[in-house]
Amino acid sequence: MRSRSASAVAGIAAIALMATACNSDDSDGGDEGTAEGTLVIWSDPERADAIQGAAAEFAEANGIEVDVQGLAFDDIQGDLLNAHQAGNAPDVFIGAHDWTGNLVRNGAVTPVELTGDQAGGVDETAVEALSFDGQLFGVPYSQENIFLMRNTDLAPDAPETFEELVEVGTELKDAGDTSEVLAMAVGQEGEPFRMNALFTSAGGYLFGQDDTGTWDPSDLGVGSDESIAAMEKIAEYGEDGEGVLRRSIDTENDANLFYEEEAPFFIAGPWNIGDANEAGIDFEISPIPGFEGENPASPYIGYQAFFVTEGSANSALAQEFVTNYVTSTDFILSLYEADPRTPVQTEALESVSADDPNIAAIAEAGAEGMPMPSIPEMGETWEPLGQAQAQAIAGNDVREAMEAAHNTIAEQIGE
Amino acid sequence: MVASSSPDSAGAPSQGAPARPPLPGGRFAANGSIVGQLVKIALLSLFTAFGVWAVLPLYVAGNWWGIGLVVAVVGLVYYVYLSKRTVPAKYLVPGVVFLLAFQIIPVLYTMSTSVTNLSDGHRGDKDRAIAAIEAFSVTRDPDSPEYVLTVATTGDPDTGELVFLLTDSEGNAYAGTDEGLSELGGADVDQAGKVTDAFGYTLLSPAEVNARSDELQEFAVPTRDGAGIRSSGLSSAFEGSAIRVYDEACDCVTDTETGEVYTADNDRGAFYNEDGQRLAQGWQVNVGLDNFARFLLNPTFASSFFGILLWNITFAVAVTGLVFVVGLAVAMTLHVPRMRGKTFYRILVILPYAMSSLAMYLLWRDMFNTDFGLFNRMLGLQVDWLGDVWTARAAVILTNVWLGYPYMFLVATGALQAIPRELGQAAQIDGAGPWQAFRHVTLPLLMVAMTPILIATFAFNFNNFNAVWLITRGGPFSPDNPTAGGTDLLITYTYRLAFSEATAQYGYAAALSVMIFLIVSVISIVSLSRSKALKEVDR
Repeated sequence: MRSRSASAVAGIAAIALMATACNSDDSDGGDEGTAEGTLVIWSDPERADAIQGAAAEFAEANGIEVDVQGLAFDDIQGDLLNAHQAGNAPDVFIGAHDWTGNLVRNGAVTPVELTGDQAGGVDETAVEALSFDGQLFGVPYSQENIFLMRNTDLAPDAPETFEELVEVGTELKDAGDTSEVLAMAVGQEGEPFRMNALFTSAGGYLFGQDDTGTWDPSDLGVGSDESIAAMEKIAEYGEDGEGVLRRSIDTENDANLFYEEEAPFFIAGPWNIGDANEAGIDFEISPIPGFEGENPASPYIGYQAFFVTEGSANSALAQEFVTNYVTSTDFILSLYEADPRTPVQTEALESVSADDPNIAAIAEAGAEGMPMPSIPEMGETWEPLGQAQAQAIAGNDVREAMEAAHNTIAEQIGE
Repeated sequence: MVASSSPDSAGAPSQGAPARPPLPGGRFAANGSIVGQLVKIALLSLFTAFGVWAVLPLYVAGNWWGIGLVVAVVGLVYYVYLSKRTVPAKYLVPGVVFLLAFQIIPVLYTMSTSVTNLSDGHRGDKDRAIAAIEAFSVTRDPDSPEYVLTVATTGDPDTGELVFLLTDSEGNAYAGTDEGLSELGGADVDQAGKVTDAFGYTLLSPAEVNARSDELQEFAVPTRDGAGIRSSGLSSAFEGSAIRVYDEACDCVTDTETGEVYTADNDRGAFYNEDGQRLAQGWQVNVGLDNFARFLLNPTFASSFFGILLWNITFAVAVTGLVFVVGLAVAMTLHVPRMRGKTFYRILVILPYAMSSLAMYLLWRDMFNTDFGLFNRMLGLQVDWLGDVWTARAAVILTNVWLGYPYMFLVATGALQAIPRELGQAAQIDGAGPWQAFRHVTLPLLMVAMTPILIATFAFNFNNFNAVWLITRGGPFSPDNPTAGGTDLLITYTYRLAFSEATAQYGYAAALSVMIFLIVSVISIVSLSRSKALKEVDR
């Protein structure tokens, strides 16, 4: 009897303690996930504070809270899809435009509707890049493209053609001033993102486009004669040719070659500018030169955008934020101040370019660029195409490699 | 988990001997000490709090089975720890609960996923796919007017019927309900076009509108047939119509613009038209053993799978064997009594083990670089280490041996210390040479301690994800098979399929995981049951 009552007392005490534990728990962390009245935004940590600050005005005007959560940028897409499936996704998130196709086929985002004025203030290609099946799914706010960075002490003039670049670089190398002609990452698995500029200049293409610029996945260009000829031309500069492009230069060491003045030219991105300034190198930014007498080199452009999650508990506010705030010049400028990236809002870009010549130069380098295709099929091309390009650079049979890649991609897409 | 490893105490009371062995705790044992009682209360309340914390999201999601399960587990724990009769269970319950939660359930979940087509484009259920198809096809009519929107209700802000107060670019105001659009007279409109006051309507604040987001998503003011005025945020509205409509009767989606009909294929989980083109949004369906059939029967996938399996086993055997030989050799060398500076050498040998293996893998990868790497520069070679299948494999094995042998050295040193030197000396007096003494005396004794370690090393290396991912990422690849590389282990291959940026194929990856699970289980069971060393421990 006595022991039983002792047990009962222990049980009651446990429940009582639990109850107090629970109460304190609620007061601390009650507002997790997408509680109503709090707009949850996912962003990469670099921009999280900037967005939090810039969104403060929006929060105040609408009498709500804004909570910006930081995730590694590359993880956002995957985590968002999983969170959406589990029903605890954020209301708004930052993403790259080439995710659009995949986000749409998983039904994870909602269409956004811009008024004529709002859409008119944004770069037209950017709006197209975020559309899928004629529907806009995100509001673009900044763009990224690669460009040529050159050491002005070693190479004072921007090369007009790729041939000129190689000539200048080879002279410096032969004179012993540098050990490399060009720092362009290829790597063991290829870098189709960087290679696209040369690939398109020599006449290669990935997918066909109709008149309106819509990508046509049924016209796959990887194994076409034009693409093979293009890679053959590029392979002339590969390991069995001039040795300018080599797999041993990858994204780990390409920047250091340039910073340590081992290479006069560097195929760089906006993310390299901070380090280049720190390295104390006199550099200038110019477009990546194309081959002589061929098409201009067309680097990929990546747009970053704000998306609204499907099924968000705060969809009205989320839509309001994305359509009315992300399109406002003031908001974009305040984001720019915290984290400088080339804006796609025409007015913001003009005001920013006036202050920072690099931003203007990057925008100019992207003038010939093309938005990365955002169709889901694009995801299937990176690996096979990269590997085929690496094989071509290594000096293997180009036709064989490109045709193999073509078949693999066609098979994956056809499934 | 710790408790379950003491079978003696757990088994004791069930023998039914009249004189029970005294429980630990002396004269307090009957009721437990005060401190024990308090600890018990604290732990139980902590556990209950944990249970309540787990129930809350389940309750929100309306998952009653989940709630029942949590309540049952909490109830069981209460019963076991408050009852006097469940002494063995007191030891077993924590281990069993953790085993179920962290081992059995993930395995079962993986198995259930492996018979579905869960992948990008097939994540949700059919209703969700249809909802997305319809919602995503609402397009704005090109020449339709843009409206400035003010959301209002008739009556109470929380429950009243929604009304869109709309002003067009010419300043005309309308009221839109779910019955249609009507002129709105006598409303105050500000410069931006927002209605600030209208008789008979309650204007909603942003927070109030937001609270009714779900309704707002569904709400449309009907205009002509099929078209409607929908909101876009809090302050603008547009006229649009859904181009794609689902019809339950034919289980198909019709595109009213092109006239194309997409019929549901419930085996593949997507809508296909006559030409075999599908709508992007699909749903998750059960595909039976298709995923397994794919890598066992489809020639391309089967050759990848079995090729990788063979290399995977070779890799694990080679690394385990080399690590053992090198570790033991170093241990034996440093075991020689006359050796001077032993401590110094031992510290040197253990250093690789003390450094972060992640950083070491990256460092080794850079050392294998063709043009800038240490190996080629120092040796004056031009070997394309990571670009050729066999050199890449050698590089991966070499790196792992370097990282792994210090551990084996430590274990072997410990085991050697425990073997009396007299045994070796006695063998030598009996006429055995040093090799014979090692082979027939030292090694068998050593293996008693080393065998379990070797099995563990093998199992670990069989799934050594970091080793391959950080050095070669599974490469080198050939363009005709970019999913299976020369150094891919099953685990890196699976990871690439499940989480690569392109298309996440969870169903297929789960099927591969199940295969890996079966393979490792079989290898472990066979090697454990054949190991004499462990049999002796059992007895």
